[in-house]
Amino acid sequence: MTTVTNGVNVQALLDAREVLKGAPEAAQFTWRASAKWQSGVHSTIKVQSFFGLGEEQSHKQEWTFEADHPEVFAAEDDGITPIEYLLVGLASCLTGGIASVAENRGIQLRSVESTVEGGHDIRGILGADSDVRNGYNDIKVTFNIDADASREDIEALVAQSQKRSAVYDALTNPTNVTVEVA
Amino acid sequence: MLERGEVANSWRTERWDSLRLLTPNWQSRLPGLRYEGPDPDGYMAVAEVTEFIERFATASRAPVRTGTNVTSVRHADDGYRVTTTRGELACRAVVIASGACNRPSVPHLSESVPAPVEQLTPFDYRDPGKLPDGGVLVVGASATGVQLAAEVQRSGRPVTLSVGEHVRLPRTYRGRDVLWWMDAAGVWDQRYDEVEDLTRARRLPSPQLVGTPERATLDLNALASMGVELVGRWSAVRDGQALFSGGLRNVFSLADLKMRRLLGTFDEWALTNGHDGEVGPAERLAPTRVPESARLQLDLRSGEIRSIVWATGFRPDYGWLDVPVLDAKGQLRHEGGAVDSPGLYALGLPVLRRRRSTFICGIEDDARAVIDHLARYLAGRG
Repeated sequence: MTTVTNGVNVQALLDAREVLKGAPEAAQFTWRASAKWQSGVHSTIKVQSFFGLGEEQSHKQEWTFEADHPEVFAAEDDGITPIEYLLVGLASCLTGGIASVAENRGIQLRSVESTVEGGHDIRGILGADSDVRNGYNDIKVTFNIDADASREDIEALVAQSQKRSAVYDALTNPTNVTVEVA
Repeated sequence: MLERGEVANSWRTERWDSLRLLTPNWQSRLPGLRYEGPDPDGYMAVAEVTEFIERFATASRAPVRTGTNVTSVRHADDGYRVTTTRGELACRAVVIASGACNRPSVPHLSESVPAPVEQLTPFDYRDPGKLPDGGVLVVGASATGVQLAAEVQRSGRPVTLSVGEHVRLPRTYRGRDVLWWMDAAGVWDQRYDEVEDLTRARRLPSPQLVGTPERATLDLNALASMGVELVGRWSAVRDGQALFSGGLRNVFSLADLKMRRLLGTFDEWALTNGHDGEVGPAERLAPTRVPESARLQLDLRSGEIRSIVWATGFRPDYGWLDVPVLDAKGQLRHEGGAVDSPGLYALGLPVLRRRRSTFICGIEDDARAVIDHLARYLAGRG
């Protein structure tokens, strides 16, 4: 049997799982983003620091994201729309999950591609119809996966990646959100 | 042997009226006692199970002290001191056989349910006629949840079933009871130290099965066909609204994939062991049908739901066990039934020694192994 190399250090994850079983306080992470309004509906969001394993942590560099609305919303289109960032999060979370599960199950991946579509009735955010919600009505992810595995095993990979996905959970289950003025 | 009530107490007092065993009669076998009635493929009703256990108590001449509730077990110099409602006992060894289902497990969100909605656990539930008229929300889709959802729906009360991760099984496969396959193909013989993820195996919900004379499958497709509305896992109550997960499709996929994999191992076993000709042709079960659009919220103040049945599992009660042998989740720490305290043993817990440990046909081997260990322990102490 050839060694599977999807590039995921599964052993490190499995080791962390064992350690954190007995140290739940170290497993408490806080992720952060800071946003700054530019003009119009354009804002710039920066992400670098986070907290975890009992101390302050940092990405190797600061990452910057631009959010705006498209021209059909009468905006400048200086970045993607905020709700599109949810699709970015979901696609990347599921893709990373598939690679990790595949590595753990000894499945060599050759390519993993997906498209994510979110159905959105904008009458909600425009206040045009109070019965319409603001967020997505539904989200559909379609994966195209080329791997050394049966279709059933690939479907199991995709199912397991949803089961262990942070973003999938955040989108499918309610979360308490507090917004306040400092 | 100490029994808080009468022999087969939990079968007499903690079971709903229509319940039948999930295992066919021929699998009800205890040392020296097997089913000898006219219907080996049928499933015992509660009264028959009670009678079966009573018969075993008599046949085995087990020294049962009934009406003796254990209120405390603690360390003593030479073993354990057991306090009961009928006095104290000094023991060199103790076997805990009080089961895994002493208390219904009900999630905290039950506390946020608005007052007019009546809430029941499977211990409170006897038959659908005692529920208020109107809609019923059944929470949980293991054996208990699907059985109660079906009979409540048949009683004319519209049922909404909240479905999280579950274990789907057909009642029969290729003409044989699915539990015949579990037995014959050796799945149930898998040992606790061979199981890949033991924690998960021990937490596995009971499969979506019911014992009926028709040997009917009671999966989510069957319930949906009866008119039961399926919604996702119940995740929160906000402003009187029950909020359900939007991940229903994936819990269906997971259950379908696992069922197909299990049935595939049955096919493989039949083929390699020369049983392929004795059973029916291979079957391919339809995937679980995903509702057009599952509701994500339900207003608990609207009157649509009049009662909630929590079929969210059970947990053991070790409130009387004053020996520090529980893990953070309240489960006994044990190695194949030898509890993490010399002279203390357990029987009748999920995958205690094998996958069949919690079935009637699983106790004999487990008891022999555990008692063997216990005897050696006593002998070793001189």
